[in-house]
Amino acid sequence: MHSHIFSNYPPKDKSNLIPLLQDVQNIYGFLPETALMDISEFIGMPLSRIYGVATFYNQFRLKPLGKNIIRVCRGTACHVKGSANLLFALENELNCKAGETTRDKTFTLETVACIGACSIAPVINVNGDYYGRATVKDIPKILKKYASQTNSTEKIEEQITSEK
Amino acid sequence: MVQLTINNIKVNAEEGMTILDAAKSVGIHIPTLCHLKNLSPSGACRICVVEVEGQRGLTPSCAFPVFEGMVVETNSPRVRRARKTIVELLVENHPQDCLICVRNKNCELQDLSEKYGIREHRFAGETKQHAIDISSASMERDPAKCILCGRCVRVCNEIQKVGAIDFTNRGFSSIVTTPYNKGLNVSDCILCGQCILVCPTAALREKSALKDVAYALQNKKKFTIAQVAPAVRATIGEEYNMPLGTNATGQLVTGLRRLGFDRVFDTNFAADLTIMEEGTELVNRIKNNKTMPMFTSCCPGWIKYVEQNKPSLLEHISTCKSPHEMLGAISKTYYAKKMGLDPNDIYVVSIMPCTVKKFESGRPELQEEHLNDVDAVLTTRELVRYFKMAGIDFNDLPEDKFDNPLGESTGAAAIFGTSGGVMEAALRTAYKIITGEELDKLEFEDIRGLQGVKDCTVKVGDLDLHIAVVNGVGNVAPILEQVENGTCKYDFIEVMACPGGCINGGGQPIHNKPEKVQKRIKVLYEIDNEMVCRKSHENEAVKTIYKEFFIAPNSHKAHEILHTSYTDRKQLLKDKVG
Repeated sequence: MHSHIFSNYPPKDKSNLIPLLQDVQNIYGFLPETALMDISEFIGMPLSRIYGVATFYNQFRLKPLGKNIIRVCRGTACHVKGSANLLFALENELNCKAGETTRDKTFTLETVACIGACSIAPVINVNGDYYGRATVKDIPKILKKYASQTNSTEKIEEQITSEK
Repeated sequence: MVQLTINNIKVNAEEGMTILDAAKSVGIHIPTLCHLKNLSPSGACRICVVEVEGQRGLTPSCAFPVFEGMVVETNSPRVRRARKTIVELLVENHPQDCLICVRNKNCELQDLSEKYGIREHRFAGETKQHAIDISSASMERDPAKCILCGRCVRVCNEIQKVGAIDFTNRGFSSIVTTPYNKGLNVSDCILCGQCILVCPTAALREKSALKDVAYALQNKKKFTIAQVAPAVRATIGEEYNMPLGTNATGQLVTGLRRLGFDRVFDTNFAADLTIMEEGTELVNRIKNNKTMPMFTSCCPGWIKYVEQNKPSLLEHISTCKSPHEMLGAISKTYYAKKMGLDPNDIYVVSIMPCTVKKFESGRPELQEEHLNDVDAVLTTRELVRYFKMAGIDFNDLPEDKFDNPLGESTGAAAIFGTSGGVMEAALRTAYKIITGEELDKLEFEDIRGLQGVKDCTVKVGDLDLHIAVVNGVGNVAPILEQVENGTCKYDFIEVMACPGGCINGGGQPIHNKPEKVQKRIKVLYEIDNEMVCRKSHENEAVKTIYKEFFIAPNSHKAHEILHTSYTDRKQLLKDKVG
């Protein structure tokens, strides 16, 4: 499924690692192990180093995304306004830690350094929708709204196929 | 040349030299942790910082080149304070279990803590928690003890060119690990143990078989046999403050007897046997136009490397078992029969300079009728621990000789422990097999020494034999490529996975003395020089075993007991990921 991306790059050139990882993530929404193994063979770099790069940068994910992505802002303003409580409440409610995906793959919970909406702190972003001045009380309501909705990765895949 | 001042001493240094090396040249010691000679500087640990006049911050001396007129202070109060804080921070995030640690009294972090007088916990806080990776048969990885100096990563990537481990994640969660943190047994690791030799703490260590061996020795029903690899006798003295390059064969044999082994055999005997088998195999391959070139098969790390990286070339590897496996196999067949012993009761322990041998001894291919050829492998370091535990004072031991008949050996076998040795031993015998005459000059200087790839052409009768010796698995990739595309000009190639050969194996004593490899190698060549018999085919016990048991080299029986097969591990790993 990802073999076509290699035609855009010269073989055995280590400098193309990051663009290759980005291409793979665009296809799957995450970096599957088999794809990393193929990249390793293609550019001639040990798998361990590629895994090291993939885990170093926040932009890369090694597990599939949930249907909905919740981003909790942990920037300074949101922190002062109690975003730690929001995150804690979300972790409890979803029974998963920040950076993880729920078992039923409905939600992925992430933290962001600053989302750039400090005036309405604390902020939660779900699939691109902003919820400003959020409180712990709001959380079950917000989650309920998305629990039954469609798949964000499906959306990405649709986008990719329509581009082609 | 560049002139600079270090601690008020005028120093002449070469251009491009680091401050660290310049200081060393005039006897000024700067402590280091992440620094490894001849590898790319990393500057990660900052222990080696010094004050350079005119610079605002402290400078890592391991990575900073000298310049004309430079004024350096290596031991100012500011420098000492900085180093002390670094050590304190490292110690605080390190398990406080020195008393029960395998590297107690041989740990660089412990040394630094003592040197900088750390006497209190100033930075108590969260410490990293990581599980120990016990997945491999040879090694344990304990990331909680890792101080992230990266020496193992550089050795694995730059010297061995295996790349099994690397830094992953970021900041506080940084950890040196395998891809997907899966465990060494499913990684690219060949278990050579070079990372253990450079690890400043106990984050990397061998998987100990001491308990198993101790139980076997207590068991009255077991007939216990110890065998000693050639490289162990040249290094074990180092652990007892004997000078580098001491041959301690005699004490080693006495020590093993006192531990309670019923027989102490010499792996060198099997090395001679290996040469008979491997030499004959080579001659047969040449005669019958079979797969050429042929690679040696004594090094299990090298075997594992091919199995994982180039399984298509496995046919090129000699089918001979490694010497200690041969000795195990004949102990449980030939020797058991001769002595009227039940093979089930025989327990063979190999004392090896090697960590991969532990993995090798568990291979299903290396069994006779469901009995492992070798039951347990102890590294040189483990044996030293056992001697200490058993109250054996190694320095004062009288000397003794190996038991017969599997203790007799020649000079050719002794040099098996160093890069080029197997090849040299094989040539001495192959010459005889092919031409029927003896060599005039036994020494092959071209293939001795520590270069990455050594080669020469040997005239054997009317045959020009092109041979190569690869020292360290990191140098083998170009040759494998040549073999793959058919441009390889060599007929016979020796590969040892560790740089320098077994003498510098992953199971050897740990210390950073750069001259150690050379001095250890010298011991083996001296043993060879002093021997009367220096060719494997002159070993009387080997002649006897062929007469009584195997009939001839590469006979059907020899194939059954002394030869093996290999596995395509690349496919196995791929299947595992799916």
